[in-house]
Amino acid sequence: MTVSFLILATLTIAGMAAAMSLRNLIHCVLALTLGFAGLAALYLYLGAQFVGFTQILVYVGAVAILAVFVIMMTQSAGPMTRPAPASSWAIGSLVAGSVFAILAWAIRSSDVSREILPSETEATVHQIGDALMHRFVLPLEIIGLLLTVALIGAVILAMHEKRETR
Amino acid sequence: MSSLTGYLLLSALLFSIGLAGALTRRSAILVLIGIELMLNAANLNFLAFWRYGPNPAALAGIMFTIFSIAVAAAEAAVGLGIILAAYRHFKTTDLDQMNSMKG
Amino acid sequence: MSETIDQIFVILKDWIMGNVSAGMRPIFSALLSVVPVLVVFPLLFAFTTVLERKGLGRIQNRYGPNRTGPYGFFQPLADAVKSLTKEDIVPRAADQVVHFLAPLLLVSAVFLGYAVLPVGRNMVVADLNAGVLFFFAVGSLVELAVFMAGWSSRNKYSLLGAMRAIAQMISYEVPLVLASIVAIMAAGSLSTVSIVRAQAGYTGIWPHWFVLTPWGFAGFVLFMIAATAESNRSPFDLPEGESEIIAGYYIEYSGFKFALFFLGEYLGMFATSAMAITLFLGGWAAPFSFLTWVPSYFWFFAKLLTMIAGFIWIRGTLPRLRMDQLMNFAWRFMLPMTLFNIFIAGVWHFMPAGFSRWFVCAILVAAPCILLSRGLKQEKKLQVRTYRFAE
Repeated sequence: MTVSFLILATLTIAGMAAAMSLRNLIHCVLALTLGFAGLAALYLYLGAQFVGFTQILVYVGAVAILAVFVIMMTQSAGPMTRPAPASSWAIGSLVAGSVFAILAWAIRSSDVSREILPSETEATVHQIGDALMHRFVLPLEIIGLLLTVALIGAVILAMHEKRETR
Repeated sequence: MSSLTGYLLLSALLFSIGLAGALTRRSAILVLIGIELMLNAANLNFLAFWRYGPNPAALAGIMFTIFSIAVAAAEAAVGLGIILAAYRHFKTTDLDQMNSMKG
Repeated sequence: MSETIDQIFVILKDWIMGNVSAGMRPIFSALLSVVPVLVVFPLLFAFTTVLERKGLGRIQNRYGPNRTGPYGFFQPLADAVKSLTKEDIVPRAADQVVHFLAPLLLVSAVFLGYAVLPVGRNMVVADLNAGVLFFFAVGSLVELAVFMAGWSSRNKYSLLGAMRAIAQMISYEVPLVLASIVAIMAAGSLSTVSIVRAQAGYTGIWPHWFVLTPWGFAGFVLFMIAATAESNRSPFDLPEGESEIIAGYYIEYSGFKFALFFLGEYLGMFATSAMAITLFLGGWAAPFSFLTWVPSYFWFFAKLLTMIAGFIWIRGTLPRLRMDQLMNFAWRFMLPMTLFNIFIAGVWHFMPAGFSRWFVCAILVAAPCILLSRGLKQEKKLQVRTYRFAE
């Protein structure tokens, strides 16, 4: 538990909490990118350079921009007109809070809370590429197929339906 | 408190935030974002266990995270496409108002 | 002697580091690496603006700026004073915080990219293991900054400009990354320093640059086209098409914030050009074996200035594209061509060295290029435009 970890964790949590609670959807997405950037920094801090940069490239560069596009196209950029009913807020927060309580209790009471020294290995891009091409080649192919299917599916879903009459 | 516990607690908190958002918000886009958040919390767990686990040279945690990011990206693309198609039909992204199944 | 001049900045840094107490060393090391980047490239930007205006003037048969200082070369100074003293106007309806953060995010994202660019031998801020990935990752932050600027201004023209800019940047980011993959494949590394090292050495007097192979040449041209689109330069300057949407996403910015956008745009152009130099043009290496005595950073900046001159020339020559032409070009030509280029690089790698390899790969590059451009041409269905919404 170092100071930099605490700063990054606070940044991430603040960004994510703001993303889930702000009224304006665009503000939500911008706060979300802050949270994603904080997570990427945490990945770097863990020694996973490749994954950290991929996180920024995919989430900040693609997912957030995609969300922004959908928000603009569905004209929901302004503040939400009606707030959620109080009962929904209460139930949702209660469920989430109890999930966190159970998880925290499980972590505290498990074996992992004893001190483990981090290993000094760092995953170089060369090692990752090697693993992807040998041990994990089948998952890689399946992911490629999945991404292609998702690409085509998203295009078909978002395509304008042809209408006979205007 | 060890550093691994710190990461796990952070990840649990992120998961809960995402869950709370997905349960309470009524905009379909924000629900999708909440799900993304939960996936990210899982990724953080994978990486923390990779770093502090007994066999980091196997890179299993890194591989899981890479695949998980790819799946999440595909999920976001398809999910947002569905939201767009639903908006065209219902003229809203409010989940409470999408309440009819007839096309 | 030439060795000393080549390494003079590295030696200077080592000497300063030797005279600093051990506790301050990390801070000084970071400062000494970062501050030169923060000084040299903005100065290059100032120099480029006047060069561009004079070059465009020459192309358009007029003088360009010639009032401030000798031959108008103090024009950037006058511009800087002007933009610093102008009133900073924020629209009343604007989202104050986002409006303020957008230019800062843009400039800092662009500057981050310079961290992995090797400017000379042993002269790189951070030799990251995944350097090229880092470059593209921070490059994608620019899209977010552009959107923030366009959306927070609460102006329909700025929003339109931002949407155009993002659509264009996303469409051309795919070919940009795919075009750079051939160089990464050939070098077998994502680190920019290793990629430059993989292109070292000479056959006779000719260097081993990737651009001197069929796939490398195709990759370089595709990369530069995508880079032009990525930095919103003419002929891909739709996001700021003055005749259509005034100035695009930074209409509502004035004074220093506008200057920051201007700076960010040019620095982005320099950064992608420098990445192209690193990936395909051998980085800081000399173009001929008998010129290796010239310092490495000289070659880097000479190449960079050549690229900038090319940008200015293209801007003065080509007209602006239409939106549908832009998208068709990205998805129907650039994307298949870059994907095919990766295949060609693989063929090159596995064929035995010699004339046959050159012949096969040159044909493999030329054939899809011709076929795909034919496909683009046939799309033209000229007809009388019907205005559907003006009935």
